[in-house]
Amino acid sequence: MSVTAFLTDSTLCIGCKACEVACKEWNGISDDGLDWSGYSYDNTGAVGASTWRHVKFVERPPIPGFGGNAAEQFSWTFSSDVCKHCENAGCLEACPTGSIVRTEFGGVFIQPDVCNGCGFCVVSCPFGVVERNQKDGRAFKCTFCYDRQKAGLQPACAKACPTESIKFGKIDDLRQKAQERVEELQRRGMNDAQLYDPVETSVGATHAIFIVRGDPRTYNLPPNPEVPTVYLKKAWTSSAVAAGLLLGGALLAFLTDRGRSNGRSR
Amino acid sequence: MSEPIPFRDIDIEAAIDSRRERRLEEIRREAEVRGRLEIVGTHPAGAPFPQATPESGYYGMPLLKEPPWTWEIPLYFFVGGAAGAAGVVGAIADYTGADRELVRHARWIAAVGSVISPALLIADLGRPERFLAMLRVFKPQSPMSVGVWTLLGFSTSSAAAAFAQFLSDRYGPSLPLRVLEKAGQAASLAFGLPFSNYTGVLIGATAVPVWNRSAADLPLHFGASGLGAAVGLLEVMGHRKSHALQALGLGAAIFETLEGFRIEGSAHPALEPLRHGASGRVTRIGGALSGPIPLLLRAASLFAGKNAGCSLRRMAGWSAIAGSLITRIAWIHAGHVSARDWRLPLDIDEHSSSER
Repeated sequence: MSVTAFLTDSTLCIGCKACEVACKEWNGISDDGLDWSGYSYDNTGAVGASTWRHVKFVERPPIPGFGGNAAEQFSWTFSSDVCKHCENAGCLEACPTGSIVRTEFGGVFIQPDVCNGCGFCVVSCPFGVVERNQKDGRAFKCTFCYDRQKAGLQPACAKACPTESIKFGKIDDLRQKAQERVEELQRRGMNDAQLYDPVETSVGATHAIFIVRGDPRTYNLPPNPEVPTVYLKKAWTSSAVAAGLLLGGALLAFLTDRGRSNGRSR
Repeated sequence: MSEPIPFRDIDIEAAIDSRRERRLEEIRREAEVRGRLEIVGTHPAGAPFPQATPESGYYGMPLLKEPPWTWEIPLYFFVGGAAGAAGVVGAIADYTGADRELVRHARWIAAVGSVISPALLIADLGRPERFLAMLRVFKPQSPMSVGVWTLLGFSTSSAAAAFAQFLSDRYGPSLPLRVLEKAGQAASLAFGLPFSNYTGVLIGATAVPVWNRSAADLPLHFGASGLGAAVGLLEVMGHRKSHALQALGLGAAIFETLEGFRIEGSAHPALEPLRHGASGRVTRIGGALSGPIPLLLRAASLFAGKNAGCSLRRMAGWSAIAGSLITRIAWIHAGHVSARDWRLPLDIDEHSSSER
């Protein structure tokens, strides 16, 4: 039993969406309907209650020396998005039922038989991953294939990926692999290749890291994700001050009012 | 001839009529006619396809999910805030020997609120029948968990105090009823203090930028709003001569006026939904009804004659009640707008108030 992670390498992704399909097949998730977004080949938009793996199609202005694209053509990268399985997980901290737990593999898992659909995890996720299923009422997201990992298998998406763009393994091994891969890419001239691994932020670290090209923001990866528990101290201090003011104010108001006429007007 | 068998269980008609289908057509038409696109997520100088850039993020698609809550939650914030403050006001009024009728009415507001609040909260759950799942654990780091336990304590104690009062009114006082009434009231005071403002913590400690940016202000803001509503309800119920209520109402109105200045004076982009667009208008209406309007009416009532003063205070009361409700709606609305804004979580500075 070890702490595991995903490494998703957008320089290897071919946008086949096998991960999306494998995820839906294994986990029995419904389809998302037929919708055209107008944004490249991405007609899904984002991870959500019925999409636990989501392939982004990042079309950008030309990057000189980019892969096999002609100079005047836009550059095109794909990247399979997933729940980040944060070390300091906003959803897990926020869950009032204890439905969301940390598994022995380091992943963040929503126990569907406990979730009561309060929706607080939805607004507590700094990556916008968790979503309430409108028909079912409960919150859903990537399970990190907890059932498969329990059985010693790798998650369905990693298994199905034909180019090993999605790598699965021990977190320390993957970090090292990612570093080596980025160095290799840069040696080959892809100077904008970088690792997205928000270790320095308040989410601590994540169990899903990404190799991207250029600004991670074009992949909708936030540069500074914050776990909402960092706001608790400020907010509860304010709450205590408000309670103190209410108590003191009411005491003052009624004590000074003592003895004066305070009957009803009618 | 039999009907053709659909290969998938999808409502094709609905899909074709969908907003996105039309959007794709619009994009194609615009590209055809103008040779370029200027909608969000497109790169005007490039191909007539939307592009992902550091300025537009991922085609301007929101990173965050919008709050999944429906109308019950802002209403719960309003009812809970007013009930919590009424519980505190009622208990203090009782301890300081104020008018019995005022104590009685404050207790009724707290008790009615303590029945409506859990009903609203449960109704909004995706799985209402699983409300009890929240009582499996107590998690100090989850404002929702702390809030549910506070609600439970407040509801039980406020209902007990009101019930004991009802029984002793009807069948005459007795020692057990008196103990229940006083114990319920003491607990209602203790739980009412956090209950009147914890909803500010609840939305303050989230990933939604407009909320977490205001984390240090929201509990104070919501607490003042709840107090304003509780005082307003008591005045509407007839307590328009109480100097104590007048003082508390003035305090709440002054605080809400200052909060309005804070919101209007802040240039931070995260607070934009409170000043611009539809959510900005609702925020302003709620703010005006909670702050300056009751403040002016109350100030005028200090100098007006007896009857005119009473009617001014009734108007101030109604204004504060409406303002409190609208303020809660406005903050939830602003949360939706804020979550839809792709720029904030991506630290994209370039802020134009065009796309709303």
